[in-house]
Amino acid sequence: MSWIDIGHIDDIPLRGARKLKTALGCIAVFRTNTDEVFAAADRCPHKGGPLSEGIVHGQSITCPLHNWVFDLNTGQAKGEDAQIATYTVRVEGERILIDGADLAARSAA
Amino acid sequence: MKQRLVIIGAGMASGRVIEHLVEDAPDAFDITLFNAEPRGNYNRIMLSPVLSGEKTYEEIVTHDDAWYAAHSVTCRFGEKVISIDRQMKVVEGENGLVPYDKLIFGTGSNPFIIPLPGHDLEGVIAYRDLEDTQRMMEMGAGNKVVVIGGGLLGLEAAAGMAARGADVTVVHIMGHLMERQLDEAAGYLLKKSLEAKGITIRLQANSKEIVGQDGKVRALVLDDGTELPCDLLVMAVGIRPNVAVAQDAGLAVGKGIHVDDQLCTSDADIFAVGECVEHQGAIFGLVAPLYDQAKVLAKNLLGEEAAFVQKTLSTKLKVTGCDLFSAGDFTDGEGREDIVFRDPSRGVYKRLVIENDRLIGAVMYGDTADGSWFFGLIKDGTDIVDMRDTLIFGPAYQGGDHADPLSAVAALPPEAEICGCNGICKSTITGAIAGGATDLGAIRASTKASASCGTCTGLVEQLLQVTLGDDFVMPTSQPICGCCDLTHEDVRRLIKSQQLKSQEAVWQELGWKTRNGCHVCRPAINFYLLADWPIEYKDDPQSRFVNERKHANIQKDGTFSVVPRMWGGITNPKELRAIADAADKYNVPTVKVTGGQRIDLLGVKGEDLPYIWADLNNAGLVSGHAYSKGLRTVKTCVGTDHCRFGTQDSTGLGIKLEKVLWGAWTPHKVKLAVSGCPRNCAEATCKDVGVICVDSGYQVGVAGAAGMDVKETERLADVATEQEAIDLTVAFIQLYRENAKYLDRPYKWVAKVGLDWVKERVVDDLAERARLIAAFELSQSIYRKDPWAEHAQKAERYQPLADLTLEAAE
Ligand SMILES: Cc1cc2nc3c(=O)[nH]c(=O)nc-3n(C[C@H](O)[C@H](O)[C@H](O)COP(=O)(O)OP(=O)(O)OC[C@H]3O[C@@H](n4cnc5c(N)ncnc54)[C@H](O)[C@@H]3O)c2cc1C
Ligand code: HEM
Ligand code: SF4
Ligand code: FES
Repeated sequence: MSWIDIGHIDDIPLRGARKLKTALGCIAVFRTNTDEVFAAADRCPHKGGPLSEGIVHGQSITCPLHNWVFDLNTGQAKGEDAQIATYTVRVEGERILIDGADLAARSAA
Repeated sequence: MKQRLVIIGAGMASGRVIEHLVEDAPDAFDITLFNAEPRGNYNRIMLSPVLSGEKTYEEIVTHDDAWYAAHSVTCRFGEKVISIDRQMKVVEGENGLVPYDKLIFGTGSNPFIIPLPGHDLEGVIAYRDLEDTQRMMEMGAGNKVVVIGGGLLGLEAAAGMAARGADVTVVHIMGHLMERQLDEAAGYLLKKSLEAKGITIRLQANSKEIVGQDGKVRALVLDDGTELPCDLLVMAVGIRPNVAVAQDAGLAVGKGIHVDDQLCTSDADIFAVGECVEHQGAIFGLVAPLYDQAKVLAKNLLGEEAAFVQKTLSTKLKVTGCDLFSAGDFTDGEGREDIVFRDPSRGVYKRLVIENDRLIGAVMYGDTADGSWFFGLIKDGTDIVDMRDTLIFGPAYQGGDHADPLSAVAALPPEAEICGCNGICKSTITGAIAGGATDLGAIRASTKASASCGTCTGLVEQLLQVTLGDDFVMPTSQPICGCCDLTHEDVRRLIKSQQLKSQEAVWQELGWKTRNGCHVCRPAINFYLLADWPIEYKDDPQSRFVNERKHANIQKDGTFSVVPRMWGGITNPKELRAIADAADKYNVPTVKVTGGQRIDLLGVKGEDLPYIWADLNNAGLVSGHAYSKGLRTVKTCVGTDHCRFGTQDSTGLGIKLEKVLWGAWTPHKVKLAVSGCPRNCAEATCKDVGVICVDSGYQVGVAGAAGMDVKETERLADVATEQEAIDLTVAFIQLYRENAKYLDRPYKWVAKVGLDWVKERVVDDLAERARLIAAFELSQSIYRKDPWAEHAQKAERYQPLADLTLEAAE
């Protein structure tokens, strides 16, 4: 594993998200109301809605375009046959780290 | 090696076949799917709720691009199949050839168009697909429509357009409506219900010709000479199986494509499914048997044994307020006996037809709760001698105990069909409940019951209640969402009475079942809190939809639109130059003048928003809140400044109102207008608040609408001075802010509380008026400011958190 520092936890609003540009396309990094951080594909599989602009509730995100709801743990869409890719992130102190090896492996694949 | 399977037509039947195949044997076939319509599979029967506005098209899509991609289905949508070559085993689409090992026809049917003179005029349409539906959705108040055909489709089309305010006439050739499914009595009750919705019904009416003007339909002429003017004419007079391609290929074709019990055509590698087939002399027009066909076909393709058997069908009409049910055979005949029950006060009619001690037909209107029980008796051929006397009262009365509204459902046998669309029986649902499905959503997900047309939802809920007892709470009044058991109204009351001033207080004290709400309840709670406690509660942008959080409207491609405010629709060269410069600098693809008298810059990238705002701010322009549930615009006419008819300074008043109200959050958007005289150039009589200037002062109207509903304003009061007009407007809007349900426009809210209730507080009670104005001013001390200026300071928040493009690529 190679952890990459992508920012301070307060760079993301509480119950909000920010975009992360990667070779795999945009990844959305979410912060829940209890300071858990998740990362997942920014593109909604329905019609490409930007998930980083959605509403974060519990450990879920609602797409801003047509309200599909995704579980941030698994990426599974609620009541839909769809899933978004999720990525490994962790918080160390107040810094957010993403697993770079994972990203590299996936972009190579 | 995978077999190559080509399917012609992405319809309801073929869609089911694909679902079965990818579920049971995802690797068996390479599927190529052609569809003449430029889209994949959607739930065609739900076009009617889309037409009436109860659903959106997005909600009825069965398979979207992602689904096809996930199951590796090659889609050729918008491409018609022209011919097939059975020798070479290739299909010829408009864009090229595709070879097949197995081929399925799922081409559905074509609506029948009566070849009346004028049938090819613009504005004469059928009712079959999304395009037809959209055409009908354009009809509203002021439009006249004629529908030819009083069957299921014609009536759903008529009711949908009537719901949109159009003036609809149904022309039907027979003596009563839906004569194939209903008897005269039920047809009469149906006619009455439809007439109560404002639809004109003409029975025994024979169409003679369609007359037009400039190539466009103008009227339908009946053979008695009556002329029925119309802007749109819808023909819903029947369907013909779509067999052209199959016929040209030399397959055996009668009324439809001939198939055997395995859905195989006269060519062993070619199959057909859906409305395009003819099976044992019968053709099909409802989805239930098509789903059975789909299941059988999928099994056969995978080498399992299965045979399609035709079953008795039942019918329902998807028009709100018209509850009808019919099944089996109910024509008069020798040796047949009727049992009839009527309750005129409730508009209920039931008739059962019995032959040889068996129930063979049932027609019901007004109360159809026992429909599936009767349908079960018909399908099973149950001997009804013993229950004959009480049969008509339904299952609740059999065996003595009655009166419990749930016993009807409790009494259904396990094999009773609950969901007709998907052929789901009671035991499947109770099985799902036993397996842990404890609410409607879970039942839909696990069994598909109630997931197609939805008319069996009530039954499924009753089954939940019967099976789970007190563990399932029957929905009485609709809670805000799944997170709580309270209605909007309950919550607003409790926030005030229990002085709940934070989201956490609401979640805790009102027993929310989720950690912090969801996208349905949280925006509502956020609004209620900031409206009731403007000082104590701080607006939470993360509880807002993207538009209000970003202070710009998101477009379908993820870009945004920017609309600066133009007070009262007045601008000047400096502002226009700043807008033009911004449009150039940020490569704005579209510049549009809005309906609200200002300019919209569409297609701005998210990252550029803070910079374009800063530039506009420099020229004195502020946010127009074109994205908010708040004050949008105040339209004005030029009034006394320039117009020879003007009675007061309408532009001046408009600007004053806009300066008082801007920035305030409201339950839904609020639009105003001020016209300088009753000629009403600013169209003030369809606004949330509209002022008309007259010689003696100002007429203040409220609760107008010009959206899905169109409604004229109602007069709140006539006042002499400009200040009073402003005071009444502010007091009205504050009352709306304090009391309305989130997402109710003022006209909906006024319809609930009554104009008199509003007048008492805003017009008559001067102390209350003063309190409302003061409360509004208090709130505006926080919210009357330009959000763009604030956000332009936080430009970094609009950029990506980090850019890992280089690192991850290494
Ligand atoms: C408004 C409306 C309401 C209805 N309500 C009900 C209801 O409440 N209950 C009920 O049971 N039934 C209802 N029906 C009937 C039901 O929708 C049909 O029975 C069902 O859709 C037929 O399914 P299908 O797959 O055979 O054909 P379709 O769903 O019509 O699909 C056929 C597809 O094949 C395509 N196609 C045709 N020819 C070609 C070609 N040469 N190349 C490529 N593509 C081609 C067509 O574009 C079409 O998309 C309703 C129908 C309508 C129109
Ligand atoms: C996502 C949905 C919608 C978007 C993005 C949208 C966007 C807009 C925008 C940007 C304007 C210009 C208004 C201004 O200058 O501030 C406008 C005007 C207007 N919108 Fe919408 N709108 C939407 C939904 C609706 C709905 C649902 C209705 C009807 C209920 C509606 C009715 C109108 C009307 C009547 C105007 C003209 C206003 C006037 O003449 O005073 N809009 N819309
Ligand atoms: S509403 Fe009356 S005053 Fe205003 S522009 Fe029209 S005619 Fe003139
Ligand atoms: S794009 Fe996400 S729900 Fe439609």
